[in-house]
Amino acid sequence: MTASLDDVARAQRARRTSFNEASARTRLELMLDAGSLVEFIGPEQREVSPHLRIFDLPEQFDDGIVVGHARLEGSPVFVAAQEGRFMGGAFGEVHGAKLTGLLRAAREIGSIPVLILFDTGGVRLQEANAGELAIAEIMRAVMEARTAGAKVIGLIGGRSGCYGGGGLIAGCCSALAVSEPGRIAVSGPEVIETNRGVEEFDSRDRALVWRTMGGKHRRLLGAADVFADDTVQDFREAALELIGLVGAFGPDRLKAEHERLAGRLRRFGTCKDAVDIWTAEGVADAETVPDLPADRFIALADRIGRTSRDAR
Amino acid sequence: MNLIETTGSHHGLERDDEARRGAKAMTSWQNNRGARDARIAAGAGLAHGKVVQARDATRLLEAVIRPGDRVCLEGDNQKQADLLSRALLAVDLSRVNDLHMVQSGVVLPEHLDLFDRGVAKKLDYAYSGPQSARIARMLFGGKIELGAVHTYLELFARYFIDLTPHVALIAAVSADRDGNLYTGPNTEDTPTVVEATAFKDGVVIAQVNEIVEQVPRVDIPADRVHFIVKSDKPFFVEPLFTRDPAAITEGQILTAMLAIKGIYAHYGVQRLNHGIGFSTAAIELLLPTFAERLGLKGRIATHFALNPHPALIPAIESGWVRQIHSFGSEVGMDDYIRARSDVYFTGPDGSLRSNRAFCQTAGLYACDMFIGSTLQIDLAGNSSTVTTSRIAGFGGAPNMGADARGRRHPSEPWLKAGAEADPDSPAALRRGRKLVVQIGETFGDKNVPLFVERLDAIELAEKLKLELAPVMIYGDDVTHIVTEEGVANLLLCRTAQEREQAIRGVAGYTDVGRRRDRAMVAQLRERGVIRRPEDLGINPLDADRSLLAARSIKDLVRWSGGLYAPPSKFRNW
Amino acid sequence: MEDLNFQHQVRARASGTRRSAVVGVVASGNLEVLVERALPDAQCVVDIRTAAMGFGEIWSAVIGDFVERYSPGGLKFSINDGGARPDTVSLRLAQAVRLIAEDGQ
Repeated sequence: MTASLDDVARAQRARRTSFNEASARTRLELMLDAGSLVEFIGPEQREVSPHLRIFDLPEQFDDGIVVGHARLEGSPVFVAAQEGRFMGGAFGEVHGAKLTGLLRAAREIGSIPVLILFDTGGVRLQEANAGELAIAEIMRAVMEARTAGAKVIGLIGGRSGCYGGGGLIAGCCSALAVSEPGRIAVSGPEVIETNRGVEEFDSRDRALVWRTMGGKHRRLLGAADVFADDTVQDFREAALELIGLVGAFGPDRLKAEHERLAGRLRRFGTCKDAVDIWTAEGVADAETVPDLPADRFIALADRIGRTSRDAR
Repeated sequence: MNLIETTGSHHGLERDDEARRGAKAMTSWQNNRGARDARIAAGAGLAHGKVVQARDATRLLEAVIRPGDRVCLEGDNQKQADLLSRALLAVDLSRVNDLHMVQSGVVLPEHLDLFDRGVAKKLDYAYSGPQSARIARMLFGGKIELGAVHTYLELFARYFIDLTPHVALIAAVSADRDGNLYTGPNTEDTPTVVEATAFKDGVVIAQVNEIVEQVPRVDIPADRVHFIVKSDKPFFVEPLFTRDPAAITEGQILTAMLAIKGIYAHYGVQRLNHGIGFSTAAIELLLPTFAERLGLKGRIATHFALNPHPALIPAIESGWVRQIHSFGSEVGMDDYIRARSDVYFTGPDGSLRSNRAFCQTAGLYACDMFIGSTLQIDLAGNSSTVTTSRIAGFGGAPNMGADARGRRHPSEPWLKAGAEADPDSPAALRRGRKLVVQIGETFGDKNVPLFVERLDAIELAEKLKLELAPVMIYGDDVTHIVTEEGVANLLLCRTAQEREQAIRGVAGYTDVGRRRDRAMVAQLRERGVIRRPEDLGINPLDADRSLLAARSIKDLVRWSGGLYAPPSKFRNW
Repeated sequence: MEDLNFQHQVRARASGTRRSAVVGVVASGNLEVLVERALPDAQCVVDIRTAAMGFGEIWSAVIGDFVERYSPGGLKFSINDGGARPDTVSLRLAQAVRLIAEDGQ
């Protein structure tokens, strides 16, 4: 009885709390069944980065990621949440190893879904080699966990977005949920501007950044399957919905995914701007999409947006 | 540098010379009018009617401006005559040089390039926000001969006495063929500049975004405008008053809670001006939440002299705010203002009419409180935004943040503050006091302390040999200081020593704060001179971002019903 | 980075049963505080690693006031600091005490 009262209180707080603004720990606390999170390698174990000290940089006791097991609507889940404010949520050696280990546990058990709350700018520059290796290991671990029958769900709505290696890992997940402030890409706006010039991409034009990489575009394009309003409770509901939707994984599904991506490139490869893509998809007044409130956008996306449900 | 000589009698002499020359030649009292007509005639060859092509702008300025002229190049707080400043920068130096620039805002790089190139020599101004570091370097390097740094009202006043422009280069949204100008919501300084120039035989040149059959409303009548230059692109306006609620910290929220309970509620402040910092943005966002729960709606913060701050939208939508008069406008707020004409001042066309001179006057005489942030406060309460490497100027804060000695109408907060400062005088003869509140966190950006033993402004004044240190608000005008550690009420201090300890007592862990006399600070707290969060019934752990009526720019858009259209740099959608 | 350590004798044991708690994150102007119920009741220890060098005196004053005010007996505080302001440090320490005062693990 007390547990359910706790859950009512949790849900009320989760509905009031912006996912985008919350810390990794608050996201988990409010998203999962009340009091159910058991952390692996918590901060009290002080398993910090072995590299940051060399660069005279501050460490964080959990190296910027919380991993553990918990319950979601009574069922067990594995969870990982990146803290986007510590070094931009970037992957380092320990940070990456914690996620790899979690995914391997999911592979061993096979039936427990994994939720990854991405919030990352990519790989930590100070531990680049270890970080890049971690990305490769995590991608492999995701595919192995999925092959073993575990669903791997990515939730993207943090301030650092999901960039670099994080974008690659997200691409390997069974399904993604994204909110409006969430962004998914490999190269970030500044990287594109630096390499290709401001004429190609003006990283300070935030409206451009969001309509190119932001949650609404990723949802309409089918890169994300569910669009969540920016509250922790909405992400909880999105996670539950996706766990219910994701089907079995095998080579056929991977082939279907490659075909889906090739088809997307054929259809939209020559578009100059996201608005052109939305127009081509039949969205009337496509330029107003960024201003649509969440409920109206979700209705639009359900009508017109693509999904990867038969692929991935 | 001798300020009196350079800014007073020297300019008087210029005019006298002109008059004397005239007296010999023509025994006339209308030489200046003749000179103005000659300037206009020289420029007329480049114009069709009053309209000059943008490509001829520099030639126009070469024809109209004379070496040594006083030129007002409209650099307002927001609106910039950017095309005309580029045109002026390109003049032939043999024809135009050694100008004396008089302008409220030194904002664009071109404004300072003029001095690097030798087009201009001397400068009188009020505000230099984005150019504050470069202007300091150029003053040290002797590139600029400084008249003085002013407040807005002070500089505007001097336009009519001893800094009257020969030529004004202004900016407007549109003009008709006759030269009637529509400034749009950013009217700002234009009427003042034109008044001083056109009615004292000066030449007014306006850059406009477009030329139309009929302007939406006449902000400047055609007979005060001599040339119009059509610009290829709209004049530059910077969004200066948009504070992203996402960046407001718990410390700023705590400080805002202390101010609301300890000052707004205590005095019942209804008529006021807010600074543009994050602490006052936090106050604006706490009105419909924290202050509403305290039952303060209708009792505080109803009438403002204030730019259209987006952060005030939730309070307006919740029915807190009755009226706002504005110095300028704010990018993205046009449609919202248009739809809320009960609150804002609007023209017959429906858009905002701002006016810096009137709004500054309103802030000085008709507001009971100014509350704003600063960079440094000393032990006497003097404050300054000057550091040794930056001279940001004063803008309007000293006009808002000063006790108006000419004020005669009573109001409850004004009388109450007066009584606190001087309890012994007979009430009928006692002046009231304006509440002048400095709000901030004890440590600013990069852990720089807000409180100092000695202002950097004094060091700067010594280095530049200025007669006056650039003090933003003098200590004797400041009535309260609010930090996360508490509220210091300087009105209740009876000696300089009490005042110093009251300031140290809210200075937190800065050196100034740690050198407090603990016993005296405890006494001041007992007398209510210092009030801690717990004295006001506030638990610092309750200072949470969930108290903010809006926590992001997107929330502000939602509050506005989609009428607020923030500029791209503030979006995360 | 600079390492600082403060040890205080305190009046009373901190309330609650929780073994440990963490508040804050390591970011510019912010800090994390890990608090553990790991010491005898009359002791309090604060270990700090900070990115801002030369602020030892201010830390000493902040920690002294905190211990005086909250009497956090039996608690060990470990701080990773990204250059937070003293008022932020005070707030996080207070938040850490509030969190560990809850009942539970």
